[in-house]
Order: sequence, then C-alpha cells, then structure tokens
Amino acid sequence: MITVKENRCDYCAACVTVCPPDCIEVRESSIEINDEECINCDLCVYICPIDVLEQTNEK
Amino acid sequence: MKNNYDVVVVGGGPGGSMAAWEAAKAGLSVCLLDKDRDIGYPVRCGEAIGDSALRRFVEPEESWIASRITGSTLVAPNGTDVHIEFANETGYILNRRIFDYDLSRYAANAGAEIYTKSFVKDLIIEDDYVRGVKLDYLGEPKEIKAKIVIGADGIASHVGNAAGLKTMVKMKDMESGIQYSVSNVDVAENKMIMYVGSNYAPGGYLWIFPKGNKFANIGLGIDGKSSRQRSAKSYLDEFMEKNFPDAAILTTMCGGIPCPSPMKSPIKNGLMLVGDAARLINPVTGGGIAAAMRSGMISGQIAADAINNNDCSEKFLNKYTKRVYKEFANNHERLFRIKETIHRLTDDELNGIADKVSAIDPSKRSLGSVFKTAVYKKPSLIIDVLRIFAGF
Repeated sequence: MITVKENRCDYCAACVTVCPPDCIEVRESSIEINDEECINCDLCVYICPIDVLEQTNEK
Repeated sequence: MKNNYDVVVVGGGPGGSMAAWEAAKAGLSVCLLDKDRDIGYPVRCGEAIGDSALRRFVEPEESWIASRITGSTLVAPNGTDVHIEFANETGYILNRRIFDYDLSRYAANAGAEIYTKSFVKDLIIEDDYVRGVKLDYLGEPKEIKAKIVIGADGIASHVGNAAGLKTMVKMKDMESGIQYSVSNVDVAENKMIMYVGSNYAPGGYLWIFPKGNKFANIGLGIDGKSSRQRSAKSYLDEFMEKNFPDAAILTTMCGGIPCPSPMKSPIKNGLMLVGDAARLINPVTGGGIAAAMRSGMISGQIAADAINNNDCSEKFLNKYTKRVYKEFANNHERLFRIKETIHRLTDDELNGIADKVSAIDPSKRSLGSVFKTAVYKKPSLIIDVLRIFAGF
C-alpha cells in the first residue's frame, strides 16, 4: 500500500491527476488515499515532486 | 449562501474569477466556491505572463507586477546561453497572490458571491444534466443547484471527473514541478532565464523568473518519465547548491503541470471546464494564466447566452468549445506536437542549436536574423521554440 509522509506534503494534487482509479483526495491541508480502490500502480509515488508518497508493499 | 444560482463556478483562480466576473456582468446570479481559506493562496505558478495577453482582459495594476521582462535567455546543457530581446512585447512576473485576489474582487463587485473553504467533491446530476454541486462548506455537507456549473478547479478537477470527463493525464504528458521563491540572489531584474537539458530538467526546463530586489522564482518541471528516476526536488536542490548556495528559500511550492493536448470536449449538459481543469495550458512552456483567463471569460459569456436561450445542453455549450479552439486551443494542439519534438532532442542537439544561434552578433539577434542564419537541420523548430518562450 501507499503511505504518505503527511508533514512533508504540499497538497499540490499532482498525484490526483495521474491516479488511474482517482482514489486520492487532496484538500487544503489533507491528503487521503482510499486503500480499497488503490491499484498499487505507484504512479503517484513517481510524479510527486518531493517524495511524499511511498510504496510499502503491504497489500 | 443560497441554495440556487444561475451559475456556480468551482475554483477561484484566474479562470474561475474571469468566468464569475463575466457571468455576473451579464446579469446572472453567480456563486464562486474555492476550497482553500484564501483566494489566490497558495500560489502554484511561475507567475509569468505577457503584457498583451493580460491586457486583453484587464488594465494591469502596478501592485500585480513584481518585475518587467524585456528579454529571455535560453541556456543549453553545455552552458552556452542565447539571449533574445523581445521585439515589441513586455513580459511580467506577477504577484499572483495580489493578482488573483483582485480578479476575484472584480467578480464580487460585479455581483458574484464568493465563498472560501468550500470543497466541491461531487455534482448533482439529474436526467443526464449537471444541475449543481455537492460540497463540504466549513465542514458541513451542502448542495447548491445551478443551471450551469463551471469547473475551474485546476489540475485535480473533481468536477470534471464527477461529470465523467477524462481528467486523468498520462505520465508522459505530466510534468512534476517544484519552485522556490528565493531571496538574496543576484539575478538581472528584467530578463527571464530558461535552462534546458537532462542535467537541469529532463523532459522539461528550469526557470529563473526575477521578482526584483534580489528576489526570484526559481523552479523546474521534469516529465513523468524522468520523475520515475529522481524527484523534481533533487534536481532543483542540485541547481541551487551549485548556483545560489547563499539563497534563502522563503516559499517552497509544488505542482503537477499537465501538458497534454487540450481536452477535446470539455463540456457536458450543464457543465463547462476551463483552464487547467480542461488541460488548457501551453504544452511547451507550461504557462496557463492566459489560457485560464480566456477560457474563463468565454465560459461566462456562453453561460449567459445559454441561460438566456433556456438551453444548457452540451449541444448549445459546444459554442464554448468551438470558440476556445478557434481562439487558442488549435494553437495549443500545434504546440503539443512541437513539445513532442523538443522532448526528443538530445543534449548534443540542444548544444548544437545554441552554438549556431550564439554565433550571431547579439545586437543583430532578432528572430528574423536567427531565422536567416540558422543552419541547423531544424531551423523552423528553433524559431518555434524561441517564439514560444518569447511570447510572440
């Protein structure tokens, strides 16, 4: 699953834009990933400009 | 906040404010919703726009302008730089925080209602028509009905997604962006500098946009393919360490910059998308302020037209798509193809282009002379690139 370093995040929503199942919700100062819908494609991990997201491989 | 408006605009950037302003001027009841605490903040933008592009919509206010730009320098991977003075254009680096705020005030003064901390996450859809929005307003769920919804909600566009429009952007067309607003940097105040090549920003470019008094926006975008290997931040930190070790970073801002071909049909029954939400961004430069303002303005006018005709169908709103394409999105499609060519250029090819152009006497280095002298195998491309960056 994808884990988020919440205190590192800038809430820019680049991850939302590339997410195939659209399962990331970014607000003014929060980010949530719906693990049920996540397909672990890791695109969000790759596009993040500041390495906020991480694949921890725990399904 | 009422439960019903003619038009609900989602997003208070330049696109949303222009849409709301235009619709309110036409006499419609308008509600603009923004998810954040402030209109215009946080800024996620290099803040560059040309004078003529801006003047199309508004008379520029002094307080919006951090610096005036009279030329641009392109730096090749080997460090060769090519400077071009703009012939008859002035560029601005804006203070977007003030600029966005003022645009929303214009909309408000024309009668639009504006609410912040209003996060629109879904649409009301009835009989295949978008009939309003579902939002979280100050932590409470709320629904607002509208004859027309204008989605100006940026790259993530929940509005577009809820309407069933294809909002996902392919990695190859997505730029991973980061920018520092830095102080204590010695940079020329009237020129912008762009660095290209795999060492600076693979699949994108790095920019220095001066804001006066040793202050500047320094940022970059790298394409989705390159961002698989290394983060955008690591490239920017490397550049800063090497070139501006004494800079103080006053703001760090991130952002995805979608640079695909524009959305073919950014409309549904009762809905129009504008600006970044409709992927209306110059795909070569990643610049989006002018396209957002223009599509926003057109959407406000078409909304009034549609409501006066009592026809908010996709078929009627296709007038919006047609005007957007005719006025600038056809050009964006062309720019998209140019971008694809540029991204295929190797560092050696970029160096070769820079060497040829830098051999021309700087005082004679107009676009015309570059065109005549360019002996590289892709002269037309050089002109296209320079023209795009120079804002012609």
